Amino acid sequence: MAVLVYAEHNNHELKTETHKLITAANKMGDAVHVLVAGSNCAGVATQASEIDGVASVLVADNSVYEHQLAENISELVHSLASDYSHIVAAATTTGKNFMPRVAALLDVVQLSDVIAVDSADTFVRPIYAGNAIATVQSSDAVKVVTVRASAFDAAATGNSASISNVDAVYANQVSEFVSEEVTKSDRPELTAANIIISGGRGMQDGEHFAMLEGIADKLGAAVGASRAAVDAGFVPNDMQVGQTGKIVAPQLYIAVGISGAIQHLAGMKDSKVIVAINKDPEAPIFQVADYGLVADLFEALPELEAGL
Amino acid sequence: MKILVPVKRVIDYNVKVRVKSDQSDVDLTNAKMSMNPFCEIAVEEAVRLKEKGVATEIIAVTVGPKACQEQLRNAMALGVDRGIHVECDSFPESLQVAKLLAKLVEQEQPGLVIIGKQAIDSDNNQTGQMLAALSGMPQGTFASEVVVEGEHVLVTREVDGGLQTLKLTLPAVVSTDLRLNEPRYAKLPDIMKAKRKPLDVKTADELGVDLTPRVTTLKVTPPPTREAGIKVDSVQELLTKLRDEAKVL
Repeated sequence: MAVLVYAEHNNHELKTETHKLITAANKMGDAVHVLVAGSNCAGVATQASEIDGVASVLVADNSVYEHQLAENISELVHSLASDYSHIVAAATTTGKNFMPRVAALLDVVQLSDVIAVDSADTFVRPIYAGNAIATVQSSDAVKVVTVRASAFDAAATGNSASISNVDAVYANQVSEFVSEEVTKSDRPELTAANIIISGGRGMQDGEHFAMLEGIADKLGAAVGASRAAVDAGFVPNDMQVGQTGKIVAPQLYIAVGISGAIQHLAGMKDSKVIVAINKDPEAPIFQVADYGLVADLFEALPELEAGL
Repeated sequence: MKILVPVKRVIDYNVKVRVKSDQSDVDLTNAKMSMNPFCEIAVEEAVRLKEKGVATEIIAVTVGPKACQEQLRNAMALGVDRGIHVECDSFPESLQVAKLLAKLVEQEQPGLVIIGKQAIDSDNNQTGQMLAALSGMPQGTFASEVVVEGEHVLVTREVDGGLQTLKLTLPAVVSTDLRLNEPRYAKLPDIMKAKRKPLDVKTADELGVDLTPRVTTLKVTPPPTREAGIKVDSVQELLTKLRDEAKVL
């Protein structure tokens, strides 16, 4: 049977998570269909149809799906589920929000945050903040799976799959969108960036993050933070890299003034190359860093920026 | 308004988890156990709503073996009025916990269920959303702010791109994120008083929920270890290594 992949997007742009989900989904079933649910999202559907390995794209384009409210989306996905062996979404705040509702409506379990697909019914997922890796097998008829996109390579593009409309409209009277504060940035998103430079408590305050931003702009990098920096109020929570924030796996991760608590390591230890800059030579971050520099970050960062 | 707060007994978040040598599970022998940190935030939020006069009664629920009553007593010491323990031999899957909670929601009719967004053992992040679907309630997940206004609750959510605010009609399910509040510590007199608060014990059978697992754990292994690399002496050396050796710049 086919696999239904829920496209991650913001009504204008398809997120790269989706390309990675397609790679994961193609290991689960025979044909991969993509559902784009949103409002005025025809452009997103076209982008989805171009991903290699996509057999067809379904578009539910209606104002009730504009903010992808869990109550509406879960009913929509539930209504389509009988045609599929697997339902797959990214383990983002969107996927984590509506997918368990889909599972409950189908009376099946959900397999969360999958990092590898062993077979159609057997999946690998981290537990205990990534301190253990479980291989689990589901006996349910439909597998509802959220995928940690950073664990999979992005599928290439160049395809032109067929696009068809889904007319079903599921609205609800009990949940209503009020407002959103979207963090504006010209830099890439953390989960999509090839290079990330993150600051921790050692940055001392939020203003010093400008030193990281200067370097990030030269490298085309995203700026992240440890939970300690978020808890201290230096930067907003959407910059947090870690088990309770975003899980990333860039080509290069530069940790600045970050001690390397387990929960931070859980969010970045799959990065290809890790650099740590910290004045404490005993900091645990050095145990996972490919290149460690014991230095005062306030001296090292300007030198690093000048050297790029 | 009643508030229902599910709490879970998990390994203490400061304890380093080890995998058993037969790869059957993690080794919890003699490990310190505590209330899941996100559940502590949920209890704190409920207590604050009671202190503001929004809530009249807070009921904590836990599902699992007898030892879980320790976490119910902890919750009572923090200000929860009474506890319900659904006793079973092990910890059921999220879907089953959600079904048990849905039954209790039916019996207790809370205006709000405040639940931790995930447990730090199974890391599933599912139970609240599943409960909301089963009980036909709206949900505000990953909350960083909760404001009850009459028949509604405004929930500010931590989403990937920033913050999103939703207006939900009560009854509703709210799941807690880290920044919602900073939980208090229990005071000794409150710990003593908690021992006398009412605690009901129920079973899954009484609630009519089948606890047969749907997922089999085939093996549990330690994560791949990452070897420490080298120390460089200067920013210049770092840049040279990144360019010529790692080839990432």
